[in-house]
Amino acid sequence: MEQIAFISLSVLTLACALGVVLSKNAVNGAMCLLLCLAGIAGLFVQLHAYLLAFVLVLVYAGAVVALFLFIIMLLDMQGGQPWRFHVPEALAGFIAAALLVTGLDLLAVRGHLGAGPAVGATVGSSLKLYAYQLFTTYLLPVQVMGFLLLIAMLGVIVISRRVGEAGAPK
Amino acid sequence: MTPSLDSYVMLSAALFAIGFLGVLVRRNTLVIYMCLELMLVAATLALVAFSRFNGTEDGDVFVFFILTVAAAEVAVGLAIIVALFRARQTVQVESLDSLRH
Repeated sequence: MEQIAFISLSVLTLACALGVVLSKNAVNGAMCLLLCLAGIAGLFVQLHAYLLAFVLVLVYAGAVVALFLFIIMLLDMQGGQPWRFHVPEALAGFIAAALLVTGLDLLAVRGHLGAGPAVGATVGSSLKLYAYQLFTTYLLPVQVMGFLLLIAMLGVIVISRRVGEAGAPK
Repeated sequence: MTPSLDSYVMLSAALFAIGFLGVLVRRNTLVIYMCLELMLVAATLALVAFSRFNGTEDGDVFVFFILTVAAAEVAVGLAIIVALFRARQTVQVESLDSLRH
């Protein structure tokens, strides 16, 4: 049963990822990205990382894809330049991707990763455990992340001001 | 029968490779950016799988931080793309060759 769910979720994820790469229209690509993220969230649920699945849908599918769609709309690329298939570059890309996936899979097979069974059924499912980790072991990274978000917000405001506006850099 | 760690790692590798392929073959900056996100998500999938099969939750906490950084990165990156579009009226990488030798 779990195997069937895993296979169908992986097929959905990989097909939608290919859709992102191959779709002519950027809006279709963003929609494929959304479906792909939904598939990944399903895989997270299968791995008992319920909170991460929720956060993934909230942050990625909710905020990031919406932002992408908003920018696509803003730049008005609908039906703009359709992408042309440059043969040498595409060939190089396919070869590079195939080499990458072969290397990683060889690493996975040689490392005998499948030897150990899944342990700790409750690990990752408890919000309390996350909170405990975040506020004890990872307290400094949490604060650094807070500063990073603040700096990113300021950076976006500075970048998106029009040049020549009052106070903007000339 | 539950899927093994092998299958998760292979799926993650395949997803990463698809994202990589997209970065190499596409010409639209926004689509390239989406493919970058795909690669990032593939890495998080591998982290969650390792964390689950290892019985620890450090990988899960790490994914938390990755998601935070990804959100900040998308905001800044899209702002840069919009600024670029304002300056050059295009987001196709072949016409953005000011730094080409």
